[in-house]
Amino acid sequence: MEDLRPDKKIDIRGLVCPYTFVKSKLAIEDMEVGEVLEILLDYEEAARNVPKSMQEHGHTVLKVEKVNDKDWIIVVRKEHD
Amino acid sequence: MEFTDEQIHRYSRHIILPEVGGKGQKRILQSRVLIVGAGGLGCPVGYYLAAAGVGTIGIVDSDTIELSNLQRQIAHNTERLGMPKADSAKLTFEALNPDVTVIPIKERLNKDNILDIIRDYDIVVDGSDNFPTRYLVNDACVLTGKPLVSGAILRFEGQVTTILPRDGHCYRCLFEEPPPPGLVPSCQEAGVLGALPGVIGALQAMEVLKLILQKGEPLKNQLLIYNALTTSFRKVRVPRRSDCPVCGDSPTITELHDYEAEYCQMRF
Ligand SMILES: [Zn+2]
Repeated sequence: MEDLRPDKKIDIRGLVCPYTFVKSKLAIEDMEVGEVLEILLDYEEAARNVPKSMQEHGHTVLKVEKVNDKDWIIVVRKEHD
Repeated sequence: MEFTDEQIHRYSRHIILPEVGGKGQKRILQSRVLIVGAGGLGCPVGYYLAAAGVGTIGIVDSDTIELSNLQRQIAHNTERLGMPKADSAKLTFEALNPDVTVIPIKERLNKDNILDIIRDYDIVVDGSDNFPTRYLVNDACVLTGKPLVSGAILRFEGQVTTILPRDGHCYRCLFEEPPPPGLVPSCQEAGVLGALPGVIGALQAMEVLKLILQKGEPLKNQLLIYNALTTSFRKVRVPRRSDCPVCGDSPTITELHDYEAEYCQMRF
């Protein structure tokens, strides 16, 4: 089982692309390798793009889940500095 | 430092690049770059470095703006005729990006002032328009171990090279001495098509950003030559010469030298 307990959470509801990814990336840069970031967002396109970009940057997307009518939660593990 | 919301927006296209990120952008904001010349090359170099967020930009130029400059020196404008170029560059670059502090240095570089001027900077960019300054800047950077991004333009051709003292070649490895004044084109012959300094200056700005970010391969031990008429780029290998008078194994130039400025003042 993957450990999904986040070491850090950010709430970027209200932001659109590319700032969703910019904010997520800045958050993960400040974390240690192996730590887990939980991102709460409400922009549908970002629910697809943020996980894709995180993977392209070499991190592992552990979860993408729609949690209600508007919001998604994305969980990412930092793999490298 | 933490980014403001405005900075996150301003630099978002940098931050999303894996090679830059927030860390790289902070390096850019903390960097200090000296540009020699606020002319054809210095204008685009400074413009792009200011846009990128280089925190401190020194700009050395003792000239004032003339109408004939405006065909290519894009940081200046018609309303500013007669204004010192260094002051005009400060107005333009700081208006583009308030994160940037531009330090105008309205002096002509010589062997007595150059070391004090370059001391405060991480990287030097040469966009000067004459051989005495070009050699003086080269020698000062080699003697102090300062990275130098050098550019030159004439008519339809431009050159760029990055000098990392003792790690690669220097300008004197390429041409040991300035050419005799008679071989330098006279004023009438020294035309330049207006967009050429834009091409070469943008290449210089890119070299500077790569050095700040420590990404990619700097243009060391190489001279990049651009021909506008044929739209061609070629690279010439320029190895460091062990007998170079300034960066060689037993240098003969160990202090700075002012060349007689007998040259036509080509205002690039
Ligand atoms: Zn040399």
